[in-house]
Amino acid sequence: MRKSFKKAYLLLSPSLFWLTLFLVVPVIFIAVISFTTNGDFGAIIYKFSTKAYASAFSSLYAKVIWQSIWWALVATIVCLIVAYPFAYFIAHAGKWKNLLLLLVMVPFWTNLLVRLYSWIILMNNKGVINNVLMDLGIIKEPLALLYSPGGVIIGLVYGFLPFMILPIYSSIEQLDKTFLEASEDLGARPIKTFLNVTLPLTFPGILAGFIITFVPAISVFVVTDLFTGGKLLMVGNVIRDAFLVEMNWQLGAALSLLLMVLVLLSLMLFMRFTNRKDRKLLT
Amino acid sequence: MRARTKKILFSFSLLVFLFFYIPILFVIIFSFNDSKLGTVWTGFTLEWYGSLFKNSQLIGATLNSLYIAVITTIIATILGTLAALALHRYTFIGKKSVEFLFYIPVVIPDIVVAVALLAIYGLLNMSLGLNTAIPGHVAITISYVMLVVLARLSSFDSSLEEAAKDLGANEWQTFWRVTFPLIFPGIMAGALLAFTISLDEFVISFFTLGPGSNTLPVLVYSMVRLGVSPEVNALSTIIILLMVIVVVVVGLRMRKGENLNEKKL
Repeated sequence: MRKSFKKAYLLLSPSLFWLTLFLVVPVIFIAVISFTTNGDFGAIIYKFSTKAYASAFSSLYAKVIWQSIWWALVATIVCLIVAYPFAYFIAHAGKWKNLLLLLVMVPFWTNLLVRLYSWIILMNNKGVINNVLMDLGIIKEPLALLYSPGGVIIGLVYGFLPFMILPIYSSIEQLDKTFLEASEDLGARPIKTFLNVTLPLTFPGILAGFIITFVPAISVFVVTDLFTGGKLLMVGNVIRDAFLVEMNWQLGAALSLLLMVLVLLSLMLFMRFTNRKDRKLLT
Repeated sequence: MRARTKKILFSFSLLVFLFFYIPILFVIIFSFNDSKLGTVWTGFTLEWYGSLFKNSQLIGATLNSLYIAVITTIIATILGTLAALALHRYTFIGKKSVEFLFYIPVVIPDIVVAVALLAIYGLLNMSLGLNTAIPGHVAITISYVMLVVLARLSSFDSSLEEAAKDLGANEWQTFWRVTFPLIFPGIMAGALLAFTISLDEFVISFFTLGPGSNTLPVLVYSMVRLGVSPEVNALSTIIILLMVIVVVVVGLRMRKGENLNEKKL
């Protein structure tokens, strides 16, 4: 590796320019807006105010924030519990490994809206699940599956499970098998080898999966929007409505900034506990 | 692994695959259903596919998606590749910060990028159109291209470049005759990734497109909001099948590439 400040920045300048102009500056602008005053018809009055934050933490929106954190957390934990054994199985599937991985990639790359739509077909009041249950005589009235927190969590899990599977799979796959053999040779039982060797060594994968599942899960608005028609809300819904419907940019900006802080904190935590090689797991 | 553990894992994984594919399967089945309402099978039809191909809105949205994805891919691939070269070759002051900056688009919630861009456009009094979605699409895809190309750069033998230089090639010749052909598969993989992400991107398009210029995901969103309909089933089926084809083709090519690399070694 050579030291050449000038050449390095010459090559970097187009992308740094683009990221600064269309990512850093807009996000800073959002941060500024969040501390301004909301005028008539959504006008931005450049006078310092923390009203947006007060409103974000008022009982009305604080409930939505906690609800979002809670649902996203439950969905992420469910994803983790499902993804780990699943990824473990694929990583040990020998010649079938690549085929099984392809089968995970299809839902991973199919548009989220299409995948959520497939659950609407299953879970709506005239949907497949309700029809079957009613035909079997188990229920008389259709269950409001879509409109419940449970429905939202199914949507979040279905939407973001592949994000959890892929980094965990990579970390299991890259695991140095000699460690496992050493543990076995030294007389550890399989469960002990798993808990003391496999799990700690695949921890970076778990951490990466946790971040890249939790972040979209907490900020998504289409799950609650499409499943419940806006009856149940997550932070994303409030941000969208603040910008597009209520013209209260300050509130939307404040909530966006809170999301951003949460994400940067988790990214810094991740970088703190992992090395350079592990960071590839994020993508 | 013990046989019993293997059996439990196998059954569990089978359930996960069913969880993935059963909903998708129902979408595909009902796209051929004769009934306009609900989810009771009444007979086979191709009517909904026929009406899709006559839907001018849908064709327009598909063309818009392709337009944005192509422009995004070209810009993000060039910018991302240059950045990867810089990060691979040089150590310089601020390298850590630059690397951190490139990780932000990977983890930032897309809604934050979307509303931030919307706010800036508002500040500048810009009217929204088709092109206003491109800056955001590029911003979130550059990093992916950079990371893929960087991985390729780190995996090849740098003595090849040194050999070219020893044989008298200048920096420019070395790049085009040696480095570029070697990292070309990485650049293509990065470009493909950028193209797919852009084609799939919904939230940034939703906020930064002007009224009247939809992309395919934005159109799907507005159709799904209206509820279950056979047209959406048919459209979803087409999208799912396209994804199956893309994933299989890319998967097979990557396997072939891996095998070739192994043979070389």
